[in-house]
Amino acid sequence: MADIQSPVPGTFYHRPSPEDAPFKAEGDAVAAGDTIGLVEVMKSFIEVEAEEAGTFGGYSVENEAAVSAGDVLATLK
Amino acid sequence: MGIERLFIANRGEIAVRIVRAAQSLGIHTIQAHSEADAEMLAVRMADEAVCIGPAQAAKSYLDVDAVVKAAKDAGADAVHPGYGFLAESPAFARAVVEAGMIFVGPSADTIQSMGDKVSARQAAGTAGVPVVPGSDGRVDDMETAAEIAERIGYPVMIKASAGGGGRGIRIARTPEDLAKFAPQARQEAQAAFGDGGIYIEKVIPQPRHIEVQVLADGTRAVHCFERECSLQRRRQKVWEEAPAFGLPEATRQAMCDAAVDLAEAVEYLGAGTVEYLYDARADKFYFIEMNTRIQVEHPVTEMITGLDLVALMIRVAGGEPLPVSQEEITLNGHAIEVRLNAEDPLKKFMPFPGVVGTLDLPESDGIRVDHFLYKGYQIPPFYDSLIGKLIVHAPTREAAIDKMAGALDAVRIDGLKTTIPLHKALAQSADVRAGRIHTQWLEPWLDAGNLTTDQTGGAS
Repeated sequence: MADIQSPVPGTFYHRPSPEDAPFKAEGDAVAAGDTIGLVEVMKSFIEVEAEEAGTFGGYSVENEAAVSAGDVLATLK
Repeated sequence: MGIERLFIANRGEIAVRIVRAAQSLGIHTIQAHSEADAEMLAVRMADEAVCIGPAQAAKSYLDVDAVVKAAKDAGADAVHPGYGFLAESPAFARAVVEAGMIFVGPSADTIQSMGDKVSARQAAGTAGVPVVPGSDGRVDDMETAAEIAERIGYPVMIKASAGGGGRGIRIARTPEDLAKFAPQARQEAQAAFGDGGIYIEKVIPQPRHIEVQVLADGTRAVHCFERECSLQRRRQKVWEEAPAFGLPEATRQAMCDAAVDLAEAVEYLGAGTVEYLYDARADKFYFIEMNTRIQVEHPVTEMITGLDLVALMIRVAGGEPLPVSQEEITLNGHAIEVRLNAEDPLKKFMPFPGVVGTLDLPESDGIRVDHFLYKGYQIPPFYDSLIGKLIVHAPTREAAIDKMAGALDAVRIDGLKTTIPLHKALAQSADVRAGRIHTQWLEPWLDAGNLTTDQTGGAS
């Protein structure tokens, strides 16, 4: 079980754009370096990457939620 | 009639600037803020503050109904939109007026016609303002596009009619490029703006960006000279000057006169900016667009003219005729503004929304800092990274650059990464000093590694 934390404060997005599906769904295989979400900070979008491989356990915060640096965004099983 | 209760529908440094101007006129100020902005400086300074919604701009500063309702409920008789957000939304201007309040700016119709590139270009052409050679309106078929490109000569730029901020712009160097890019541009414009209209324009190589400040009361317009804004990164201005350097006097006069003609032709009211591309080699200028708001870089104009543009736009919005004549507006010395952003210029300008630590912003004769910082303030991550502007004024351009270099050394903003190292390096650059700059100068200069980790002296 590993947590994926937000590198910066901002608004967290599960999807690359409103029309797209979420980056990951529960049970998906995750490779190290996979993008699992975006954090919008001051009008820039920062990709949130998994640091290690695993199975996606789900998002820990809602889409478009306000997050702080270090907040857990998603978990790996 | 006059404005008595002004609602400020914006945030950050421009909200502070508007509160100050309104208070200097004896006007009661009501500051709008999102839930994330309850602690911002303008809220502390204003006579009243009203929360208009959640942190996300779409649900607060960009929500027309929420803003208009909050202003109305607070008993405001006027709304100042600042810049960005709803400042150039005709729907917002219209809603404010329909709710019985004054919109501090031009009419919704003027905003609308200047906001569409094709209609703005037509208005400029009608007023006798030179425009970049191109299609005289939107192009809807490939045959016409190819004909126009052949006539004005390659390379040509393909732009979305409804676009903004450089989105959807493509450059075609050959007829083959055009055949490939034009349909893509149409598709992209349709997807992004719901309008597939495109237009075609000649590419001006290495242009400078020069813009003229105007002030108008709906009937009469005056100009407040020009600004040079050629130092840009990702089409965002980073360093602005007034006046432009090395501009022949006859060209300056023609640019300023054309801006006044356009403002009067569209019955402009308030503060506005007519933007031009300037081809220095050919000594020719071309209309790009008119911005129907107060601009970020307005302080350089204030420094060289002594005018308070924000106070003046509030006064004419309140029904006063323009209180200054063209003869009374004179150009004195040279001013430079640099934009201070909470970004790390040494890490690809990564945003840095930290907590403001020790703050030393030395303001003195000829040095001004417009900002919204105080010690302990947490910069919210939800908005633009602009945290302030450092502005200097000196008798000559050379002296102004020296003064800027000194001011940058004296400024201290702890707790944040800022773009100060970028500006220090620019102030040392021989190209900047000699005026060998244009709108495509800064990005290659950054890519070439001219910005180093030497924060104290800056790069050469």
